[in-house]
Amino acid sequence: MIAAFLLMLSGCAPPPSDQIELKFWAMGREGEAVSLLLPEFERRHPEIRVQLQQLPWTAAHSKLLTAYASDALPDVFQLGNTWLPELAELDALAVLDGALLNSHSVQRADYFPGILDTNVIDGTLYGLPWYVDTRLLFYRRDLLSQAGYNSPPETWGEWMQMQAAIKAMVGNERYAVLLPVNEFEPLLALALQQEMPLLREHARYGNFRSAEFRRTLSFYVEMFTRDFAPKMTNTQISNVWTEFGRGYFSFYVSGPWNIAEFQKRLPLELQSAWMTAPLPGPNGPGASNAGGSSLVVSRKSVHPEAAWKLIEYLSEPTVQREFHGLVGAMPPRRSSWAQSALADDVYARAFREQLERAKPTPRIPEWERIATEMRLVAERAVHGDFSIEQAVVELDVRTDQILEKRRWLLDREAAEATTAQLHNRTQRP
Amino acid sequence: MNASRAGWLFVAPALVVIAVFFLLPAMASLLLSLTDFDLYALSDSRRMRWVGLGNYIDLLQRPLFWQALGNTLYFVVVGVPVSIAVSLTAALLLNSTAARFTPFFRTALFAPVVTTVVAVAVIWRYLFHTRYGLINVVLDTVGIAPIDWLGDPNWAMPTIILFAVWKNFGYNMIILLAGLQAIPVDLFEAARIDGASRWQQLRYITLPSLLPTLMMVSILTLSGYFQLFAEPYVMTEGGPLQSTMSVLYLMFEDGFKWWNLGAASAVAFLLFLLMLSSTFALVRLGRRSQAL
Repeated sequence: MIAAFLLMLSGCAPPPSDQIELKFWAMGREGEAVSLLLPEFERRHPEIRVQLQQLPWTAAHSKLLTAYASDALPDVFQLGNTWLPELAELDALAVLDGALLNSHSVQRADYFPGILDTNVIDGTLYGLPWYVDTRLLFYRRDLLSQAGYNSPPETWGEWMQMQAAIKAMVGNERYAVLLPVNEFEPLLALALQQEMPLLREHARYGNFRSAEFRRTLSFYVEMFTRDFAPKMTNTQISNVWTEFGRGYFSFYVSGPWNIAEFQKRLPLELQSAWMTAPLPGPNGPGASNAGGSSLVVSRKSVHPEAAWKLIEYLSEPTVQREFHGLVGAMPPRRSSWAQSALADDVYARAFREQLERAKPTPRIPEWERIATEMRLVAERAVHGDFSIEQAVVELDVRTDQILEKRRWLLDREAAEATTAQLHNRTQRP
Repeated sequence: MNASRAGWLFVAPALVVIAVFFLLPAMASLLLSLTDFDLYALSDSRRMRWVGLGNYIDLLQRPLFWQALGNTLYFVVVGVPVSIAVSLTAALLLNSTAARFTPFFRTALFAPVVTTVVAVAVIWRYLFHTRYGLINVVLDTVGIAPIDWLGDPNWAMPTIILFAVWKNFGYNMIILLAGLQAIPVDLFEAARIDGASRWQQLRYITLPSLLPTLMMVSILTLSGYFQLFAEPYVMTEGGPLQSTMSVLYLMFEDGFKWWNLGAASAVAFLLFLLMLSSTFALVRLGRRSQAL
């Protein structure tokens, strides 16, 4: 029995002291795929052992917050970039500006500016983009040319004309575009195309009453009121891929993961009938959202150098290409796109172009909630419960309520700063 | 050791468990509901404000809360009677002397209770699909135009009720069946000899004898239906136009999606008070009708 006890002890004994145990959390399919990339890293750095843990996406957010609260965050982890402001606000993330500046293998200028920006909060870098996710147009080439157009739209005006032509062609039973009403991303992407920020005064108040957002919302709602888009959620559609193949809709605003899905699920004879295109903007090719995931280092990590090495390794162009091959995630570095299978992929080309114009959303912890309210209010406007005017006012009211705590914190910080200054002044002889 | 002390000793483990896992957390969340505890407060307790009844006042002024409350009451007021009526009918049919293959039907009718709500929801979403769903196909053959079951704000809640009733009625059916089987057969025999019709037997023998069981079933169903969450969560995500948003769903979103634990605790307490008072009302009603 004593022998068994000793055996148990030796089983959980720490590794040799010269070896570093690096804890790494990654989510969903990314977590599975990255496990195939880690052996090479460990071969190059024999002193580091990576302990990978895979989290399901649905549980990831609360798992990270509980880990933060109990001081159990891993050294390195994947973070959806809309969650980054939250964890940065909690002071859970290490600052990476210095590491990036001194790095040989990653250069700041190599990243698409919009996607790198999502990791910068008040001028400080908290994460390095791992992959990018942006929304653009998937469209049916054959149906579009049947309606009399040979190239995809570049402006909202052209897009609306094409939708009208398609709708006239397909009739009442089918539609021109699918904008699922349970997703905020399509409207958000259109809203980001405007110059005006969505929040004003350092994100203290909503700015949805601006003329530009009104214009965006009117454009969005018009697609529904003219019956170009069905008032449907994507769970109601059941199977967007089959419906796209059947021509139930000809335009679909979606993300990079659907390239592989359409290639896999559409019948062979339709494979040449669809294409991707950058998102049309108010006056010419427009911006879109910069989503995706970043790699971050916990501020409490005892091995920040080793953690940074892992991030550098996963950011190497060859490794990013391999990762793209495994999960279809779009690399955030221009050099990862150059001279690779990605550069030749006709469906990815539009994404390459769109990424140059990807724009970050407001970087505050409350943003996802505000975006959800934006979707809910827009859904009411789509159903005719709100006019555009009522919708933008309502949205500003809800946003200002959500931001109440943030205003209180900012005001208090400002007040503390001034009293500290006054205090210093009176102390001076 | 005297008897009362021994009694306390015996219940002590249970009391400790209740105190640690129920009373303490409930007290803590009551305190939490008086603060604005949220993500910001997680990192620094100085960022937490004591708001007194502020959360409750805000909640009562929030249109979404009233909508969620209305939806929940709609679900309870329609769902509970329908659910019990269906359970009772099924139990009466199974208990009837004319019934054949009773074990098979009993199992078949109970089956929805033991299925996973998520898996079943996938099938129901297909059944209620506007264009391809079996329900609309059947309606079409009798000339009824297709109904947008899950996409029309007026139809979504009835669909959820239908789903919940189908999913849950088997459980009450089994309890009611046990109640029915406990009614002495000679009562019915005597009634038949006195010339009571089938309806009279049901009205004057079956239902009064079943009253305690019905009471218990009602209380369980009522408190269960007030906690509507899983059905809209998997079928509609609270939509369309938040027409299937329930109070518990609101609490889930506030608390676990947006991490506003203070506000979410206030929702939880209001729901608790609502359930407590309606259960009390039901118990009183039951007592009075039994006294009659």
